[in-house]
Amino acid sequence: MTLQMRAPAPSAALHESPSMTSPAAPLVRFRDVRKNFGALAVLKGIDLDVAPGEVVALIGRSGSGKSTALRCVNGLEKVDGGELTVCGRALHSGTVDLRELRQDVGIVFQSYNLFPHLTAEQNVTLAPRKVKRIGKGEARDLAAEVLAQVGLADKAQSYPEQLSGGQQQRVAIARSLAMHPKLILFDEVTSALDPELTGEVLKVIERLARGGMTMMLVTHEMAFARSVAHAVVFMHQGKVWESGKGEMLAHPQTVELRQFVGNGL
Amino acid sequence: MLGLTIEQIAYLFRGAGWTIVLSLLGFVGGTLLGLPVALARSSQSRLARALSGVLVQVVQGIPLPVIMFVVYFGISIGGFDVPALVAAGVAMTLYAGAYLGEIWKGCILAVPRTQWEAGECLALTSTQRFVFVILPQALRIAVPPTVGFLVQIVKNTSYSVVINFFDLTYSAKVINNSTFRPFTVFTIAALIYFAICFPMSLLASRFERRLHRG
Repeated sequence: MTLQMRAPAPSAALHESPSMTSPAAPLVRFRDVRKNFGALAVLKGIDLDVAPGEVVALIGRSGSGKSTALRCVNGLEKVDGGELTVCGRALHSGTVDLRELRQDVGIVFQSYNLFPHLTAEQNVTLAPRKVKRIGKGEARDLAAEVLAQVGLADKAQSYPEQLSGGQQQRVAIARSLAMHPKLILFDEVTSALDPELTGEVLKVIERLARGGMTMMLVTHEMAFARSVAHAVVFMHQGKVWESGKGEMLAHPQTVELRQFVGNGL
Repeated sequence: MLGLTIEQIAYLFRGAGWTIVLSLLGFVGGTLLGLPVALARSSQSRLARALSGVLVQVVQGIPLPVIMFVVYFGISIGGFDVPALVAAGVAMTLYAGAYLGEIWKGCILAVPRTQWEAGECLALTSTQRFVFVILPQALRIAVPPTVGFLVQIVKNTSYSVVINFFDLTYSAKVINNSTFRPFTVFTIAALIYFAICFPMSLLASRFERRLHRG
């Protein structure tokens, strides 16, 4: 994959809206996926597809299994049953090279998890340099490109502690982008931020969505899920309880979703 | 001067020189032993943790002078005649290695687990994660307690007097035996020890402050 593919204004042909077409192969495919923590069943048979270019929001109460489902996608959690295919790799087989998978699947965490001893630029380029073995000059160009994508071109030489929470989270997003992933996972990335900083992070994610990036987000931002996500998945007690387009949040079919959005909005 | 001849004072300083040599041996040997101990103590492997734990507990449970005796006479029983410097060096290595290993284990574990996870999610190998993500953060934490422990190493080399290693304490004992001026002689020895240790303590607390300033 070349650098140009993730440039801010991709050609329409590359990233057609998935709702318009029906793509042959989904990037992520859950089939009856199960996951237990000891005796506790966290995922009780999940079915879910994410098409290339699609933005899927996972919502639900704490403990509904949405974060666990997300963490299964990049192999941070192993699935105990069912089939999970990500970027053509059968994660349930247990023979997948996780390092290869993670070059295709980025993740952004609630607590940013930037490397505190490295500058923004070094945070962004560490993995491309060590994993993809790109040169110094190329790394600098790459850092400039992805930091500009998140609006932080002028912060390349700043250390995480010199940045606000919102800026740190945007650097974390840039760090994921620098690997040119096919898919980025967002695990409650705005939950540690105040409303103002939440806005600047969501704006970056929205821009990525418009640029055609495939994304799965666990989020509590209902308005954002409704306006940006192509599909919303409501999880409850380890199952996909209800799913559909963003409008489903305005017209919940189940009592549980009605109660959830009632509390949430 | 102070009732001592220049030669006698020079003799004390020669002893001080060997104190520094033994301290350096202890620190270098302790580092070579302490690093693998720290890695084993903080590793995922239960076996590595247990084995290194035994070493640490044994060394920490035995007084240093006794370790010196055991090493010195233990090697001679095997039929080898070792110089006191070698025996003292081995004993200091064991002592410093066990303590530095524990100190550095704490520094490695003090780096949040989420840092490992972040490195893992960027497709770094476990060695790359340790070298580029964990180690630099652990080193920063490790500098103040390590420099602080150097002071302990210097002071504890004085136990090598039990196996007649010619260090500052031993030379002070010899001069005292010929001059019968214990207060003068041991005060000079004390001042020399202090002159070696105090700058290191200062350095340690300066590193400490820098660390907390961020």
